[in-house]
Order: sequence, then structure tokens, then C-alpha cells
Amino acid sequence: MKYKAVIGLEVHVELKTNSKMFCSCSADYFGQKPNTHTCPVCLGLPGALPVPNKKAIEWCVQIGLALNCNIPLFSKFDRKNYFYPDLPKGYQISQYDKPFCVNGYLTLTSGKKVGVTRVHMEEDTGKLIHEKVSGENVSLIDFNRSGVPLVEIVTEPDFETAEEVKEYLQKLQQIVRYLGVSNADMEKGNMRLEPNISLRLSNQQSAISNQLPPYKVEVKNINSFAFVSKAIDYEIKRQTEILEKGKTPIQETRGFVEKNSSTVSQRVKEEASDYRYFPEPDIPPLRWTKEQIKNLKSQIPELPDKKTQRFEKNHLLPRTDSIILTREKITADYFEEAVKLGKNHDLTPKQIANFIINRKIDITTTLPAELVKEVLNSSKKEEISDAELKKIIKEILEKNPKVAEDYKAGKTSVIQFVIGQVMYIIRKKIDTEVLRKLIMEELK
Amino acid sequence: MKLNSLNIKEANEGLKKKSFSSVELTKACLDQIRKLEGKLNAFVTVTENEALEQAQEADKLISAGQDLPLLGIPIAIKDNFSTLGIKTTASSIVLDDYIPPYNATVVAKLKAAGMVLLGKTNMDAWAHGSSTETSDYGSTKNPWNIKYLPGGSSGGSAASVAADEVIAAIGSETAGSIRQPASWCGVVGLKPTYGRVSRYGVIAMGSSLDSPGPITKTVEDSALILEVLAGVDENDATTSPLPVGNYSQKLSKNIKELKIGISEEYFIDGIDKEVKEMVEGALKKFEKFGAKIENLKLFDPKYAIDVYTIIQRSEVSSNLARYDGIRYGNGRDYFKDEAKRRIMFGTYALSSGYYDQYYNKAQKVRTVIIDDFKKAFEKVDVIIAPTSPSLALPVGATKDSAMFGEIADVLVEPSSIAGLAGINIPIGFSKSGLPIGMQIIGPQFSEELVLSVAYEYEKLTQVEKWRGLKPNL
Repeated sequence: MKYKAVIGLEVHVELKTNSKMFCSCSADYFGQKPNTHTCPVCLGLPGALPVPNKKAIEWCVQIGLALNCNIPLFSKFDRKNYFYPDLPKGYQISQYDKPFCVNGYLTLTSGKKVGVTRVHMEEDTGKLIHEKVSGENVSLIDFNRSGVPLVEIVTEPDFETAEEVKEYLQKLQQIVRYLGVSNADMEKGNMRLEPNISLRLSNQQSAISNQLPPYKVEVKNINSFAFVSKAIDYEIKRQTEILEKGKTPIQETRGFVEKNSSTVSQRVKEEASDYRYFPEPDIPPLRWTKEQIKNLKSQIPELPDKKTQRFEKNHLLPRTDSIILTREKITADYFEEAVKLGKNHDLTPKQIANFIINRKIDITTTLPAELVKEVLNSSKKEEISDAELKKIIKEILEKNPKVAEDYKAGKTSVIQFVIGQVMYIIRKKIDTEVLRKLIMEELK
Repeated sequence: MKLNSLNIKEANEGLKKKSFSSVELTKACLDQIRKLEGKLNAFVTVTENEALEQAQEADKLISAGQDLPLLGIPIAIKDNFSTLGIKTTASSIVLDDYIPPYNATVVAKLKAAGMVLLGKTNMDAWAHGSSTETSDYGSTKNPWNIKYLPGGSSGGSAASVAADEVIAAIGSETAGSIRQPASWCGVVGLKPTYGRVSRYGVIAMGSSLDSPGPITKTVEDSALILEVLAGVDENDATTSPLPVGNYSQKLSKNIKELKIGISEEYFIDGIDKEVKEMVEGALKKFEKFGAKIENLKLFDPKYAIDVYTIIQRSEVSSNLARYDGIRYGNGRDYFKDEAKRRIMFGTYALSSGYYDQYYNKAQKVRTVIIDDFKKAFEKVDVIIAPTSPSLALPVGATKDSAMFGEIADVLVEPSSIAGLAGINIPIGFSKSGLPIGMQIIGPQFSEELVLSVAYEYEKLTQVEKWRGLKPNL
């Protein structure tokens, strides 16, 4: 590859606090009747004032702490002034030069550390709906989302591939879910992604290659991790073609187009927008004590990476199993509860892990104690060794050559016939799942 | 004596003794409003029917033995305070048809205290000015001479109190908007410390400066209303959790130990000679009563004008952004020149590349001014100065002067910038028959002290002949 991608990421995460960021309206807006979760504050009525949501601020700091950020003891809110019909005050309350969290990182599986520039707190906007009402094209505004707490997480331009970006996003999603501060549901817009992509020559000397390319392309409207990869791949291809012609891609904002996995130009940024930031006079600056930060840190649960490592070490699980079990905190907790109960019956964590992973146990309906019972039952059934079973299967297949023929022709139902034959011969209850696997191996 | 000319204390006593009812009191005020509004134009909205209903309700409660600080007292409120179900325009036609769905905290507190709301008073549009001449509903006139201005921006509130259209009124001050019209109209106007009274529901002007406060006939009334208004508000994050004083109970003060600071910077060149002499005369009286006068060297108030202008315009440019005509009110083309000028000025001052030069620098100087006052209050208890450098100016005086307000408010801007407590009290009249006021400034949250000093002066000079004067309308 002649060019190397330089990718940075802005991620917005909507918090799942009960109330909105600056008023007591419910923040649970999804699927609600338009403009039913509103008040003078989130409608931007004359005279209304914002009062910050303490929980949201604490959660924002916890996200920062989980991303290894420094938490400055002084912080403040600022007004970001711009006009848009979904922004009722004519400014968004955000944070400019004193965000809650700075200078963090997230470690990828490769060991590469992606720099987290800042994590700050702001408010969501309303939603514009363009519709035809009695034959007329109109734009409607729903302010239910207006003022919902939003955390923005900005990285350094440290990514070089779409895969790295995808892994970072998965890890980030996992972390905020572990913290229990957001559902991070892409489809509901709880998590919104904006990569910025540019290219530089890969053979540039280190001194020069530290310099960023003279342009940056930001891509918006991406609502899945898969689309981020596609958007990045498309941009790398598009920008390579431009650079090959000896030109420089223009600095702009592009939108992702789902149907052909491409991007189209939305807005050319001639210069940085002037948001006329200034300190929000309605909210006094915030001062933390070291104790408060320590306290917030102590409330952070064990995070996925640590948990995965611990599962490998303490439960002697293979890495792949550990990763699967820690993907969601609820599964990991379930597993550990079952391990604890299984210990009394001499069950190994690996036995329990196998059962959860292979049987795709629905942990919301099966209690850990029930699970342990099931594992015990199934392990009792394994009185006949695999080798013995294989012998029996071979015999059956030799006696019934048509079974193999039918199977190759696509008739998988023959497996059920073989299972019946085996059961008939051994006259014992055995784990049919294991048996099925063995039969299939034999048929290959 | 006409009922409408009573102050709160007198009206409260009369109501309690059943010498008259709240309905009678309210009707007396409404009659006066009807009689004078053609000349004064102090109101944007008079809520006659609602007022009479509330008065009837108050009379029932009084009969039932209810005791509330303002029960049955007719009060007018500046038109930038949100009033549930009652049009609130800030005297701008941008909000010509805007009816708030909620009450400002100040309004809610006054209602809880039993007030009868008489209506909404005229002001400079968006509180941008010191004359009420920028009101989109026409200027208010000074009751002492209707060829003169009442000052502003709370000019309607000050004029309505001076003309006995109401028993008391509420104003709001960003820099001078209570004290200056109170001075020009010859009434008592208290600007509390920033954060002492909630701003929730007050149409924002300069958010880091706005301070609601009472405009009254006496200092004692001022203390009584402040007691109702002051205190922390869960809807305003900038309100102070400091406890609220029993202001009206603690008005007496031995001024023999009082140290009064004066600064020659506040007796500036160009100050009206009669104003200067009368304030100096008042200081002599303080001395005679035993107070000590100390000369201070304060920061020249002219710097405060620059700081104030930048900070206030910057905040205004952002605060007025919500008036886009999409959800309520008229569109942006309804803004008049003064608001447009301030929006442009503020937008420029906040623009990247200028932010450090203007807004940031102004904030730094603001800190210097705050420190300057802090040091001064280590030496003295209060600072006394003229409230306005001039007498009320004639109608039309502001038309060609974009910075009129800032010049008129030169003596109140430094203390506003520093968020201090200050009060204007009337001290006499000019030969031409226009009122002259003096301001007493104290440290932050020194309302008790400032009110006490004002109260003592009022008491000790109660015998002065001018006190009996009433506007001849």
C-alpha cells in the first residue's frame, strides 16, 4: 500500500439517566408521542434556565475513568452557538476548553493504544421530521429528545484501518454497557459515530509522517459498526484515486449512503465553523475534590478486558471462551454465579463454560442453579466414551450404506435415524448433541 | 388619604384591621391606573379582572385569619417576568402574542405570599436601555413631569410606584435598571446581590448580571418584599444557598459606628451640580448622625462600562438566539435597532480571534473590579454615591445615542459587574421638581446592612419637607 490511512473518531453516547440533562423531563423518549416529554427548559422558552443533572455528570466522568482519562478538578459548561430548528435555545450547552475528562486511551487486542483526546458532556437536540401533511410538505419538530444527556468521546487520529476502528467501537460499546450508563443501541441512536479520514504516504519519513495530512474528510449518518468499516474502506479507495491523480481531496463532510456503501459530499468546510463558544453563565463552574473522583472510580465495575484476563487465569478458560463469556456483563456474572454453585458438585468452570457457550443457554430464563443441575445431568449421561460411540456409529453406517449416500445428497434427516439406532444399541440416556456431532464427523 | 397611595406596611395594617378590603384597595389602584395610563404608559398589560378575583380571594383569606406577608397587596411586575397565562413581552413585539405556560420563581413566590397581580409594566424592549424609550409599546413618562423620562429599563415599575398606581412593583436590574429609574422617579429601588433572587422565568438579558428586585415607596417595604423573593431556587443553579435574613425585622442600625466610603471617581466630571450637592448634603447628614466618612480610591467607573458592555452584549447575542419565531412569537425581523445592535456587537465580541481580545479580557478586568471592591469593603461598611449622574432627561433624549444607557448607568455598572448589593433611596428634589437619588452599595449578600443604612437615613430625614410631595398629575 502506497498510502496509510489516518483515522480519528467522534462518538456520541446517549446516557440512560431517568431525567434529561438540564431539566426534570423523562429522558426516555424513544417511541414516545412527539412533544410529550417537554418543559420550558428543553423547549427553550423565555426565561427558562438549565440545572445540570448530577448523575449524568458522574456517569460522564466514569466513562472517562474507564478510558484511562485524567479528570481535571476544575471544569465548566460552555455555550456552542449555532442556529438549527431542532436546537431550541439557539445554542447547545456543551463543553469547550475544560471538558470533564482528558488524555485517556483504549488498548486494542493488538496492544496498540488508541489515544482518547477528551470525553465531554453535552445535550442532545430535538428531531426534525419531514412529512406531507394534507398534501403539503412540512417540517415538524419533536422536542422529546431535546436535552437528553449526551457524552462525546473524541479520539486522536490513531487508527490506520477499518478493523481497528471497529474493534475500538465494540470495546467502547462494551465498556459503556458494563458501566450501565447507556444501552449504546445503534439502532435507537444511543450511539452515533463520526469518523474522519485522510491519507498520507506510507513511506514518509517519521519526522514528516507525524504531520497530519492537510485535509480531513468527516463522514456522517452512520448507524452501524459494519457501515463504519464500509465507509472507511470506500473513503480510502476514493481518496487514493484522487491522490493518484496528483490532487488533494477537499476538506468536507460526507454522508454515508447505505444502498451502495459509498459516501457523498454534504457540506464543504471552507474553514472551521465559528460557534462563538463562551462559558455558560447559567451554570456555575464545577470543582471536584480528589476524594469525589476516587469515590466515582471505586464505583466502576471490573471492565471487560480485566475480566477476560481474570477468567483465563482464575477459571483456566481458553481466551476464546473468556471473550465470549465477558462480551456482556450479565453473561459474565451469570457464569461466575454458576461456577460458584458448580464447585459444590465438583464441576469445573470449563464444563460450565462449555455448556453456556455450546448450548446457547438463555440466561434470562434459566437460573444458574438450574444450569448447574443440567450440567450435572448431562455429565452423568456421558458414561459411554466417545471412542466407544464412534465404534457403534461406524458399525451402523457400514450396515446401512444408504445413510451416507442420502446424507451427501443433502438429506440431513438421516442423522436422526442413526441417533435412534445408537440409542437402541446402547440402551442408555446420552447427550444427543454430542452424539449428533460424532455422527456428522463420521459422515464427512 | 387615598388607598392607592398607601405603602405595603400601611396597607397590611389596614387590611388586617378591616379598615378596607383588598378589593377596595385594588379598585383604588385600578382607578388610578385608568386615570393616569393615558399620560404615563407605565403598563403593557393591566390584568384588571384577574386582580379583582385575586383580591376577593385575598379578602376571604384575611377573614379566615390567614397571615401572609403580601396578602391582598396590589403589585405590578415588570413585563420580562414570565406569568402563567398572562402575556409576557419584555416590551418587544417579537413576543407580542407570547403567553408563558409557567410562572417565574419570583412570580410564584409573590403569589404564594398573597400578592394581587395588577399587571405587567413597561420597560425598554428586552431591558436594553435606561429610559423605556426603546419599548415597542411606547415610552413610559416620568410622573413628576411627563415631558421627562422615567429611566429604565424598569421605568414602568418605577413610574407606577411613584404615581401610586400600585402599592409596590418588581423590577430587574442588569446594571442600573432598578436603581436608576428609582432615582429618576423618586422611589426606593433595591438591586440584590447576584444570586440572591432567582432568575428562573425572567427573560434573560445579561445572564451573569441579572438581578430581580423590589421597587417600593419605603425602605421597609423593600425589605419586606426581599424577604419573600430571596433564597435558593432549585430551578436556578446560580442562586446562593446562603440563608435569607429577616430583613424587615432587622432594619435598625446604630449608624454611629458606620464607616461610609466615598470615592471621588463617583463624583465624575459632568455630573449634575444639584445631584452632586444633594448627595454631599446627605453625606453631611450621615456625619451629623455619627457616621464616619472615609475617602476611597476606587477603580475609575469608566472601565466598568467597557467590561459591562462587552459581557452583557455577548450574553445578549446568545440569549436572544432562541427568538427565531419557530415555536412562539414573531420572527427575527421584528427585532428593533437596539436589540440588533447588541446582537451584532456581542456576536462580534465572541467570534473566534476576538474572544480573547474582548470577552476574555473583559472577564479578567471584571475580576480586578471585584477585587477592588473587596479591598474597599475591608476599610468601610458601605459605599455611597449618586445613583445617576443626571436628573431625569427629557423625552427623546436617547434617540440618537446608542450608548445612552451606558453613560446614564456609569455609576451603577461597577457594582453590577461585581454582583454587589445596592439600593437607591430618594434624598430630595431639584429646583425643577425632579427627584434626586443616592445609592448605598454593600458587599455581596449584605442586603441586611444596605437596607438598614437606607432605613436609618429615611427615618432620620423623615421630617424633611420634600417627603410629603406627590406627583401632580
